[in-house]
Amino acid sequence: MTQAPLSAPLDIGFDYTRSLGPTLSRFVTGLAQRRIHGARGTDGRVHVPPPEYDPVSGEPLTDLVEVAHTGTVTSWCRQPEPLAGQPLQRPFTWAFIRLDGADTPMLHAVDADDVHTGMRVRARWADTGGNGVRDIVCFGPEDSEPAVEPRAADDLTMLTTPIHLSYRHSASPEESRYLRGLADGKLLGQRCPACGKVYIPPRGACPTDGVPTEEEIELPDRGIVTTFCIVNVPFLGQRIKPPYVAAYILLDGADIPFLHLVLGCAADEVRMGMRVEAAWKPRDEWGTTLENIDHFRPTGEPDAPYDSYAGHL
Amino acid sequence: MGKQRAAVLGVGQTHHRSKRLDVTMAGLCREAIDRALADAGLTFADIDAVVLGKAPDLFEGVMMPELMLADALGATGKPLLRVHTAGSVGGSTANVAASLVHGGEHSRVLAVAFEKQSESNAMWALSISVPFHMPVGAGAGGYFAPHVRSYIRRSGAPSHIGALVAVKDRRNGAKNQFAHLRQSDITLESVQASAMLWDPIRYDETCPSSDGACAIVLGDESAAQGRDAAWIHATAMRTEPTTFAGRDQVNPRAGRDAAAALWREAGIDDPLSQVDAAEIYVPFSWFEPMWLENLGFTEEGQGWKLTEAGETELGGRLPVNPSGGVLSSNPIGASGMLRFGEAAMQVMGRAGEHQVDGARIALGHAYGGGSQYFSMWVVGAEKP
Repeated sequence: MTQAPLSAPLDIGFDYTRSLGPTLSRFVTGLAQRRIHGARGTDGRVHVPPPEYDPVSGEPLTDLVEVAHTGTVTSWCRQPEPLAGQPLQRPFTWAFIRLDGADTPMLHAVDADDVHTGMRVRARWADTGGNGVRDIVCFGPEDSEPAVEPRAADDLTMLTTPIHLSYRHSASPEESRYLRGLADGKLLGQRCPACGKVYIPPRGACPTDGVPTEEEIELPDRGIVTTFCIVNVPFLGQRIKPPYVAAYILLDGADIPFLHLVLGCAADEVRMGMRVEAAWKPRDEWGTTLENIDHFRPTGEPDAPYDSYAGHL
Repeated sequence: MGKQRAAVLGVGQTHHRSKRLDVTMAGLCREAIDRALADAGLTFADIDAVVLGKAPDLFEGVMMPELMLADALGATGKPLLRVHTAGSVGGSTANVAASLVHGGEHSRVLAVAFEKQSESNAMWALSISVPFHMPVGAGAGGYFAPHVRSYIRRSGAPSHIGALVAVKDRRNGAKNQFAHLRQSDITLESVQASAMLWDPIRYDETCPSSDGACAIVLGDESAAQGRDAAWIHATAMRTEPTTFAGRDQVNPRAGRDAAAALWREAGIDDPLSQVDAAEIYVPFSWFEPMWLENLGFTEEGQGWKLTEAGETELGGRLPVNPSGGVLSSNPIGASGMLRFGEAAMQVMGRAGEHQVDGARIALGHAYGGGSQYFSMWVVGAEKP
């Protein structure tokens, strides 16, 4: 009975910094002032939000026009289960709203139970401005939503856009076997039946011959450094403190190296062809990861001759 | 209908900077497009189709930027394609645009590529730690530095070759009004004294992080009639996986095969003698000698000798990156197209201060991913 493939969460995010240029700066500054601007296109129509370039002619649009906080729903759909980051965290309606003074509708949320085409709505404003279109929290029914006056705000030329992606990262069945082997302190690869090359991690198929690889090979936890670099540069998201040696480790009996960390000697003593062995973490810290090997360290044996690994560079 | 002739009618690029905070991505592209259209003496109305190239979406955090940018690209009512081959994308985009003309599908095509590195952090985006793996990745420099070490070991090149390339490219960049880095006073000593980032790659041997865009207008024979044009003599693209047992990471087969196909199509049997200028994708200085060999300008292991002899300088036998190259400006998505566009500018005699005297045949080259994607073209002053 084969076990299910392993998977783990992969969450990434970054606060992107948008420069707004002349047209969008005026739109975003206006929102912070509780004013909504559109742009007059070359065909005379007023578009909200203002496009930087005309949808018909491609010309830059710099003729900005202030429109009303009120408008009419032209189409809509219900969002019964809001997602994180959406304008409201209770059931709401996405709607196309043609603001009074505009010719094309904009998309925003409406906070009402009886949204319908032709419904009159009014903008509801966030207390804090400067977040672009999110300065408008949502729209509400025109009659019950209080009217709000413009206010002063500084010019804005930049906007920060946080973006987060949450994945479930899955390993292949072959990689999962290899990872479960690591949890037992074993290094499991696979041999291609056609070319005889041994892959670790195993891939389930040989990238050169395109045939399934089924023969499992247990490899020793020692080998050589084929080539390497010394990482001196710190960067966002880095998990190992520089300087460190990132090296391609070719295990004895394997035909492809993998990247790992080399410690146990000064960085400038690491050499191509140097013999190394795995330094495992304490067994009670092991999981289904190559991180069970804390690093590789020199064995003190003589270096492998260049010709023995020249074909692995 | 056989293969139609295709030519570059105009090239445009932005003033590349670390932060172009005065424009959006759309405004950045438009600056290059407006210059390319002006260079070609054309307007949006003359363009039949638009091809956009862009590096990985995580770099700016915009999914499908071609949709967001359609208005700015003048693509309303026209075919709009996006090409994606990592760092080589600017080159692939120009080749795809050329293929639309070669195939007789369109008469005039606009190719655009851009990157706005200041909105994100490419080092972060290229170093995402995936579950179950060792988190040793350290951006593009961390990826390529071990392979540079392998090249040095394999070729026996002296250690100062990388610094020589950096000095040449940055001084060339000083002659290019659009370059991000313009360092006319850089010296071998100053490069060698700069910080070691990913040993054996130093700070001054590394490309900058740039905001910028490039645009090229291509046309068929009737569109090019009676005007200066850079005729496309050959294009080539090849791809290979990032890793497989026995892969040559120093001299990848995809690059060798692409070059062989390129020279064959262009009717070139001795590239070193027959090519007058080369714009080669060199984001880390050691890639100049590596790609000289991969492209077949020299035998394997001999590329560094061409560099050391000064033959790749302006005035040398094969000027490489007279524009200053990727080492002087690196808007990633656009960097490949800048190589292709600069090659065209050379044979059109429009390269200004960094013009190679009498250039008639020039190479544009780009690579991307883990040296997986290769794209290249040969352009000439005469019809092929």
